[in-house]
Amino acid sequence: MDSVANQAVFSSSTFRAEREADWARLEELLRRAEGGSVKRLSDEDLLELPVLYRSALSALSVARATSLDMALIAYLEGLCTRAYFFVYGVRTSFGQRAISFFTEDWPIAIRALWRETLVSIALMLAGTLAAYLLVSNDPNWFSAIIPGELAGDRGPDATTEALRATLYDDGGESPLGVFATYLFTHNSQVSIFAFALGFAFGVPTALLMVYNGAILGAMIALFTGNGLGFELGGWLLIHGSTELFAIALAGAAGLHIGTRIMFPGAQTRLAAARNAGRTAATAMIGVIVMLLFAGLLEGFGRQLITDDWTRYAIAALMITVWCTYFYIPRLDRGER
Amino acid sequence: MASASPAYTAAHTERTLITPEGVDLRLKLATAGQRAGAFILDFLLLIAILVVFSIVVVAAGLGTLGTGSVDGIEIVGVIWLLGFFLLRNFYFIAFEMGRRSATLGKRVMGLRVVARDGGRLTADAVIARNMMREIEIFLPLAFLGGGEGVDGVIALIGLVWAGLFLFFPLFNRDRLRAGDIIAGTWVVHAPRRKLAVDLASENHAEAGAFAFTDAQLDAYGEYELQTLENVLRSGNSGTEENVAATIRGKIGWDWSEGEDDRAFLSAYYSALSTRLERRMLFGNRRLDKFDSGEAQG
Repeated sequence: MDSVANQAVFSSSTFRAEREADWARLEELLRRAEGGSVKRLSDEDLLELPVLYRSALSALSVARATSLDMALIAYLEGLCTRAYFFVYGVRTSFGQRAISFFTEDWPIAIRALWRETLVSIALMLAGTLAAYLLVSNDPNWFSAIIPGELAGDRGPDATTEALRATLYDDGGESPLGVFATYLFTHNSQVSIFAFALGFAFGVPTALLMVYNGAILGAMIALFTGNGLGFELGGWLLIHGSTELFAIALAGAAGLHIGTRIMFPGAQTRLAAARNAGRTAATAMIGVIVMLLFAGLLEGFGRQLITDDWTRYAIAALMITVWCTYFYIPRLDRGER
Repeated sequence: MASASPAYTAAHTERTLITPEGVDLRLKLATAGQRAGAFILDFLLLIAILVVFSIVVVAAGLGTLGTGSVDGIEIVGVIWLLGFFLLRNFYFIAFEMGRRSATLGKRVMGLRVVARDGGRLTADAVIARNMMREIEIFLPLAFLGGGEGVDGVIALIGLVWAGLFLFFPLFNRDRLRAGDIIAGTWVVHAPRRKLAVDLASENHAEAGAFAFTDAQLDAYGEYELQTLENVLRSGNSGTEENVAATIRGKIGWDWSEGEDDRAFLSAYYSALSTRLERRMLFGNRRLDKFDSGEAQG
């Protein structure tokens, strides 16, 4: 009698008992799918999953309207959330992502930053010029601008011969591979820092760019003062054409975030920050790739190639390659 | 009255995410404590990995030392530098780009990263939010460590400034950190739950011993039912004793010799939930014991 009455009337207990097995099945499929790759699911499983997800979702709606069991609703919400992100998540493989990054996303992101890139380069040049003038007039400025460990043997008191030696002598102390790796990781860390500082309305990023330029300017002043300007150019630019460009782009990425947060235009501030952040992040991965090349050029190329003209040639080649890759217009998806 | 409702207290942290099927998933934002807990776990794990990694690499380096080849040491140096760089910058990114969108620490705390617009979490968003850690974590750490040649006062000002980024999530409603803002993400609490036993059908055998009148069941509403559910699920006998005594007093139930508190509560829960759910089906909800049905609509 009692059981007949229970069956005749809808109850949340019978509702749950009827569907419990499906939920357990969905949970099991999700556990396997999240644990490893999708390949661990058979074709039948993959077809079954969206169906189970939708039935769990409808069970959630029914439970919210008919059940007062909080634990049941919380369970279903959790299960549906997991299933939602699995069913509507992306299935692109790492390879596909990498291809689209190099063919489309990276150059597009860099092109979107063109205005900030120019500002960033201008800031670096301003720093270079200021430091050049300061050090040319009073060599004591050199030690104020350049930290001791970076200066090494170079300094206002160094002889021309000693300075020349720093340009062509590979030192021989640290192995080239370690040196190149150190340069790559250190520069990448600095560029990520410049990017992140953009959040503070871009002001610290701008200062960092000026300071970077200042280091450059002080070095130029020191070497040209000793008549080594041309030689320094080769030494700097063989990797510098890539490295300085990458650092300017990192600064541009930071400035982009800062300016978009300050002046969001027609978008809301949060939306502007989000769009700027995503563009800048894509550019930053590119910057790290560029710095990898720069590290190799600086660690190996500069130490092994001591001919000035070859150094200049490599510098020119690299900057041409980068500019062509980033800025030459190409057919977009619609026109193909 | 409304403040007593669990739905109201949840509204602070609940965010709407409507699936294409038209159902609101009602995501719960992670609290600052959960976020901090997850980060501390990740940070400790990172340090542990780094220590183990260093020991292995150095051990490998010592192995090559005897052979007298410079190449061995060079490779060890390169591996260590690259490993450190990758761990520091890509530990968070690699895990959050995975299928569960959560680092190991976040998994332990039941958190996951979600795009604020409910769309898919893209790689650039994950990269953006994690590169921001450079100023949120490493900048304050650098000031704490006190850079060389930096004046104490300057270091203090720097620390306060850097602290602004570190404590950013506490200053906004959605608990966004700087990285979440520029990536368009937020972190939600979506733990894996086990399906708990159905309390209403659990004790059907004993339920016959208890027969409640309608008047006795009308003493409480949904809020009290759910509080009772929590009491029963936590299974603390001391609490159960107190709650049982309170309910008996309220509904005028005579305690008979040998009556088990838990059995009484289960039976009352079962009867109350059946009654309230039936009312609910007819669109007649009773939110809590103060709800007389007049204030509705």
